[in-house]
Amino acid sequence: MLSTILSFISAAIIQGIPLLYGAVGEIITEKSGNLNLGIPGIMYIGGISGIVGGFIYEHSTSSPNAALCILIPLLSCLVCSAFMALIYSFLTVTLRANQNVTGLALTTFGVGVGNFFGGSLKSFFGESGSISLLTTGNYYKTKLPFAGSLGAFGDAFLSFGFLAYLAIIIAIVASLVINKTRVGLNLRAVGENPATADAAGINVTKYKYVATCAGGAIAGLGGLYFVMDYIAGAWTNDGFGDRGWLAIAIVIFALWRPNLSVLCSFIFGGLYIICTYIPGLSSASKELIKMLPYVVTIIVLVVISARKRRENQPPAHLGLSYFREER
Amino acid sequence: MASAAIELRGITKRFGSVVANNNISLFVNKGEILSLLGENGSGKTTLMNMISGIYHPDEGEIFINGSPVAISSPHDAFDYKIGMIHQHFKLVDVFTAAENIVLGLNERGRFDIDKVSSRVAEISAKYGFEIDPRKKIYRMSVSEKQTVEIIKVLYRGADILILDEPTAVLTPQETQKLFAVLRRMRDDGKAIIIITHKLHEVLALSDRVSVLRRGEYVGTLKTADTNEMELTEMMVGRKVSLNISRAEPVDPKDRLVVNNLCVTNRDGVKLLDDVTFTARSGEILGIAGIAGSGQRELLEAIAGLKSVSSGELVYNDFKTGNSENLRNKTPIQIRDLGVRLSFVPEDRLGMGLVGSMDIIDNMMLRSYRRGNGVFVERREPRELADRIIEQLSVVTPSATTPVRRLSGGNVQKVLVGREISSAPTVLMAAYPVRGLDINSSYTIYNLLNEQKARGVAVIFVGEDLDVLLELCDRILVLGGGRVTGIVDARTAKKEQIGLLMTKHGEVEQ
Repeated sequence: MLSTILSFISAAIIQGIPLLYGAVGEIITEKSGNLNLGIPGIMYIGGISGIVGGFIYEHSTSSPNAALCILIPLLSCLVCSAFMALIYSFLTVTLRANQNVTGLALTTFGVGVGNFFGGSLKSFFGESGSISLLTTGNYYKTKLPFAGSLGAFGDAFLSFGFLAYLAIIIAIVASLVINKTRVGLNLRAVGENPATADAAGINVTKYKYVATCAGGAIAGLGGLYFVMDYIAGAWTNDGFGDRGWLAIAIVIFALWRPNLSVLCSFIFGGLYIICTYIPGLSSASKELIKMLPYVVTIIVLVVISARKRRENQPPAHLGLSYFREER
Repeated sequence: MASAAIELRGITKRFGSVVANNNISLFVNKGEILSLLGENGSGKTTLMNMISGIYHPDEGEIFINGSPVAISSPHDAFDYKIGMIHQHFKLVDVFTAAENIVLGLNERGRFDIDKVSSRVAEISAKYGFEIDPRKKIYRMSVSEKQTVEIIKVLYRGADILILDEPTAVLTPQETQKLFAVLRRMRDDGKAIIIITHKLHEVLALSDRVSVLRRGEYVGTLKTADTNEMELTEMMVGRKVSLNISRAEPVDPKDRLVVNNLCVTNRDGVKLLDDVTFTARSGEILGIAGIAGSGQRELLEAIAGLKSVSSGELVYNDFKTGNSENLRNKTPIQIRDLGVRLSFVPEDRLGMGLVGSMDIIDNMMLRSYRRGNGVFVERREPRELADRIIEQLSVVTPSATTPVRRLSGGNVQKVLVGREISSAPTVLMAAYPVRGLDINSSYTIYNLLNEQKARGVAVIFVGEDLDVLLELCDRILVLGGGRVTGIVDARTAKKEQIGLLMTKHGEVEQ
């Protein structure tokens, strides 16, 4: 029984990590007033760009170097995800396009690009079969050296690749920056009331661009973790599934707080796989149980809307573009 | 002699062909409070926006402590120690007072909100503010928010403070507190400019007063040497003749009787206080007042758009002899009672018309309930649109052009045309000639006169006293949500109305 629970916790954390990246990225973005619904697409892009980077490197050398196996996919993931977010920023901040439409278009685009390259990358190199980057995947999956010696505890909490710990560190750092620093105060002001921020001498456009691009890059890491660590350097079309939308749901569930989103991600990760831990479920009831995270999100939305505590509301200017001359 | 803290010389500012400020010169010394007095649209705020770096003057110079400066952004204004407190607060609701106060400041060292709080407490103690730096803005009253705005500029080290109508949102008690604080700041050597149109405040607070009228500088007086009458005359100027035709009312009867009407907002502040008047058929009743004195609330309460907390709105139906109380009835209920009420709101493309819809569809906003089955009746609205375009000579490519593409005057003709097409018995028009050129304005005056001749009770909210005096039969003056007077437009003097308009809050004092 205990071992089942520990393995469930470990599995929940593993499921939660991609969600956590997506959620923290989206929180940072939303704090600037940008509602980036392109996050699911950006996470696909993050995954596939890592795969492409790793694939090209593994093909270019017979003895892949560990550091480069990590760095090349990591950098291509960060650059491509941030670039997606840059497109979003340009459209919504500079051209003041509708944020929802832009975000949804980016998601459709990102999923399509991911599946296109995922399905055809090998044929570009004249090969057949599905992508498998075992070497790179294994480097990403490297555990802490002392995890094995700590028994069940080590298995449940310390047996993850480095990207899992990075996710938690990023969440905590983001939380500190947003709540405790001058930059965070300015960022929150931009999302709450850009006209006031502007009058106070804060560069609203800059904050929106930087927050959105940083948020996109962080979210992209969720896709990278999924393809490199979770499925060990492989790609299956639509394999990432609806995790991007779950990440956006976590933003609401975590009340726009990065530190809280760590816990929320693990809960959602657990809810996402709990059906496989309940014996004797029909496949129909499994699908019903998979809906739990969304049901929880709706309940949270209803509760925070009903309680109307101002601190728990989304940034006041979320989803709206700011134009100085408009009053 | 020591030079002035700030001095303006020959400042001129134009927006297109409109001259907002023409050759204005004034100065403020350290340790002095200057009132800037003028009606709406006299250029007070434009002038102050040039000092705070929002606009740049086309001509003229600004001197600070005797040396000429160029203030090209709000940031420059900070550097010259100028702080402006706007009428609309620029605060982030979910932040604390302290967070708002330091927002955008790049002080050296670690960000420490507790240190900020103690500095805020220091400033508060020095000038006698009462504020909790850790309180969130959304939990604050209006006067607390204003205090935060003032501390914000003091925290940035401002020596020259500009307050744009600071008392417009305050209760008399809060106003007294604010004045005490301002006097203390004056004694501390700050130079203070307050923009206002309330004469008693000018007299109570300031050392000197400069008067603007329609962008022109009228003059500066020592407050001790002047009085309300003289200031009013300077503010409203001499009467200008406009030659608007005005017929004698035909058989005026009491159409709409408003008794002790009160409207309060969510914070419990009275927007309309005990308003009593009668609108008669065949007569144009003008409503004068400083902007925001309750004109909008009054019309919306009558139209059934704003809930009334007490009082009554009695409509007399001459045909049936019945009287109906319209209080807190919806516009549809009012219509179903057979009351033909037409409303030309101030916000033409927001409340009156839908900008992206064409003229026909905008006509249908009044008639969409008619027609059989699921389809709306389109023939009548089309005919009506064509009729309005022809009769009021609306300049438009076609009846299917979105109204927002029309010019302001044509938009207004479409709106007024629709409202009078239903043969109203009461016609309310809020600022119907605002932003219109002279010809369009006269078209609107003629339309209102036509309605008057047909026995409609016309209520005309205006801002130009010359127009009110020539067009209306009687003028009701609102001041701070109260009726400060009802005068006969044929005999009233402009200064008399100006004085009534500025009587806000004095009734009880």
